Amino acid sequence: MPDTITLQVTRYRPDADGPPTLQEYVVPLREEWAVLDGLNYIKDQLDGTLSFRWSCRMGICGSCGMTVNGDPALTCGTFLTDYAPGPVRVEPLANFPVIRDLVVEIDDFMRKLPEVKPWLVREDGEALDDVEFLQTPAEMDEYKQYSMCINCMLCYAACPVYGLEPDFLGPAAIALAQRYNLDSRDQGAHQRLDVLATAEGIWACTYVGECTTACPKGVDPAGAIQRYKLTAATRTLRSFLMPWRAR
Amino acid sequence: MTANQADVRRYRPRTSVFWWVHRRSYLLFVLRELSCVFVAWFVVYLVLLVAAAHRGSDSYQQFLEWSSRPWMVVLNLVALAFVVLHAITWFTLAPKAMVVRLQGRPLPARMVAGGHFAAWAVASAVVAWIVLGGW
Ligand code: SF4
Ligand code: FES
Repeated sequence: MPDTITLQVTRYRPDADGPPTLQEYVVPLREEWAVLDGLNYIKDQLDGTLSFRWSCRMGICGSCGMTVNGDPALTCGTFLTDYAPGPVRVEPLANFPVIRDLVVEIDDFMRKLPEVKPWLVREDGEALDDVEFLQTPAEMDEYKQYSMCINCMLCYAACPVYGLEPDFLGPAAIALAQRYNLDSRDQGAHQRLDVLATAEGIWACTYVGECTTACPKGVDPAGAIQRYKLTAATRTLRSFLMPWRAR
Repeated sequence: MTANQADVRRYRPRTSVFWWVHRRSYLLFVLRELSCVFVAWFVVYLVLLVAAAHRGSDSYQQFLEWSSRPWMVVLNLVALAFVVLHAITWFTLAPKAMVVRLQGRPLPARMVAGGHFAAWAVASAVVAWIVLGGW
């Protein structure tokens, strides 16, 4: 194993003219080093002007997502040795505006997320704090997979529909809506329907399936969307055939 | 967004028209989308066949001749390949959309897809039996 590896890192300075460029840095290649460790080495030892986001270094906070050799990845969970002898290309997450170097603007996602009400909605007026809602393990299994989402947005970077139609609600937001729709304690499914069953919601999805491939948490947003398509279509059909029972 | 942020120049990458050629999964996806054209062609072809048969045996013979021209055979073979791709990707999608429960337990994805493929095989066998004269 060689003891160094070259990182080709996107540099973009909003105050200078021109599009982003790639800059090469040679960093130590250590078995336990993730791409993020390489970036931190650059920042600490070689070039303090490099900007990127990270926090937990353990795949929990979802802030270190970047494009590594063309694929969206959490840089804290992507190991340099897997790319030896290199070089490794590290670029900002695709489909998002770049603020600086590897830092992207996430406002669009932050604006869309609350639209699907990703919290427990109760319609019977019970205050959530006052009561205890019991749930069986089987009821929890219904939504558990979708609750693993860490909002890393890798799925948005992998989705060509989002790249072409920025109004698309997107994989994670829909998967999170399903996380609550399928929760036995929640009563907000039909409130979410108005946001989800729209041309910018589930019907924008053409099932490329790359969001599921990219997801580091096994959420399977593509599955969540297809499942919801069937739910929404069944509801529409039912309200058409039995209008008196609509909703 | 603060005024300070709004002043800063963002770099907005554009999705190129050829975004789908660089990745196998994207290419397969675009081919699958394209397959709908061929599904539509088979519908048109079937309508033409029924219309020809309806007009009597002369026009049906003409239709058969037209169908056996090399370019028609090639077109129909290509269309068949696309329709098969369409069907396979559609049936493998089924377990993503449906959660089938048997005695309270979700059925594994392979079995849901397998059920669809089995139904497809049975339907095809019945059609083949009718067409090949077993009727
Ligand atoms: S669904 Fe997966 S890829 Fe998308 S934001 Fe959540 S954890 Fe990240
Ligand atoms: S640094 Fe938190 S997920 Fe990578």
